[in-house]
Amino acid sequence: MRVHSLHSPLLEAHLVELRAGDRVFLSGTVLTARDAAHKRLVDEAAAGIPRAELIGATIYYCGPCPGTFGRKIVSAGPTTSGRMDPYTPNLLCYGVRALIGKGPRSAEVNHALLRHRAVYFVATGGAGALLAESIMASRVLAYPELGPESMLELQIRDMPLVVATDLHGGNIFERT
Amino acid sequence: MRTIEADKIIAAVNDKLIEINTTVPQDLRRALARLRVKAQWPGRLAMDDIMENAEIAQLRSVPLCQDTGMVVFFVELGIEARLTEPIADVLNRAVAETYTVEGYRPSVVTDPLSRENSRNNTPAVVHMEHVPGDGLEIDILVKGFGSENMSGIKMLRPADGYEGVASFVVDTVAAAGGNPCPPIIVGVGVGGTFEQAPLLAKRALLRSIDSANSDPVWASREADMLERINALDIGPAGLGGGQTALAVHVIAAPTHIAGLPVAVNISCHASRHGRIML
Repeated sequence: MRVHSLHSPLLEAHLVELRAGDRVFLSGTVLTARDAAHKRLVDEAAAGIPRAELIGATIYYCGPCPGTFGRKIVSAGPTTSGRMDPYTPNLLCYGVRALIGKGPRSAEVNHALLRHRAVYFVATGGAGALLAESIMASRVLAYPELGPESMLELQIRDMPLVVATDLHGGNIFERT
Repeated sequence: MRTIEADKIIAAVNDKLIEINTTVPQDLRRALARLRVKAQWPGRLAMDDIMENAEIAQLRSVPLCQDTGMVVFFVELGIEARLTEPIADVLNRAVAETYTVEGYRPSVVTDPLSRENSRNNTPAVVHMEHVPGDGLEIDILVKGFGSENMSGIKMLRPADGYEGVASFVVDTVAAAGGNPCPPIIVGVGVGGTFEQAPLLAKRALLRSIDSANSDPVWASREADMLERINALDIGPAGLGGGQTALAVHVIAAPTHIAGLPVAVNISCHASRHGRIML
């Protein structure tokens, strides 16, 4: 197992050396999106063109706990990735480079990740307070009317993740 | 007759909801620490995160998990106690106030298909029964849906017996994989009716983590199912390298001569619950 420090937006060149099970500390910009936002993104793209912010983006499946007025996000762990599986091949087509979530993905998503040279990271489920410590700033990027399910743009520093699928077919959830 | 004022109930519920959301109880923390020591890569990475998370949440008094859940109340009202309002109204006020003031996530939608957020995490789910005495005791669960969504119920045949029950429990956990945030606690309800079995399964999650079933036959069945679940090697966060479940707790109840309902309610490692007594 190796430990990497990475910066998002990520390029394929940054991802080639990763192997499933490696520890990653991620900094930079990530976008949050859950079920409702995914549906909006796909419907919007079908009606016109995909959002430009998705190109090269890292998507984190997370609906954070807001905390009290004026406080930054206090708890922000991952939600179950499987619910976003139906939308994910589309998002990868729009240029999304990395995903952060919890739990295994469908075979279709795993194939799409390899095809698009993208990586899936897992954040530890339930470690909301720990993961929120990595969030330095946040703003609403889109769909404010969705409340806790709106799309946020987060600035993060050293978010602890594990590589779930790498660019070489390695998959932490497929074990003999 | 003793009257219990709504404000007193709301204050106690408020304090307990904050404690439940931010603090892992000592016995559970010790159980998780024991698991962490035994875990190997890559599950060990998840156990490290889980333990560090518990410390940070307690230190900063912030929610352990961003899914501050849908709240479930099990109320035991003494027959000689009086309330000034229906209990559900009081408890819903308590949840609305706590979740709004503390900034916990509003995770409830008022209609399951139109999905409009209720904005204050109500309604809560309230179960009540009458007991002797003049007290009011309430078990409170904060239930996140990563684990809740992995729960299940099956109406077995009486002929399926213990093996049928155990197979359904193990299969349910196997299908869940890493989604319910392992290491998990498995609540099982056996018997009752279609709606009672899941209720028993959820009540089973209230048992203390190190406790064994008071019935020795069921205690050994719980141990057997736990062993079979851990043999699945799902591991912490579904990464493998460590234990999948901390405990299996079963509550059995009388049922119909033609039935054997089995319900499985999965809880994540945070097992957020507490009890108040007024």
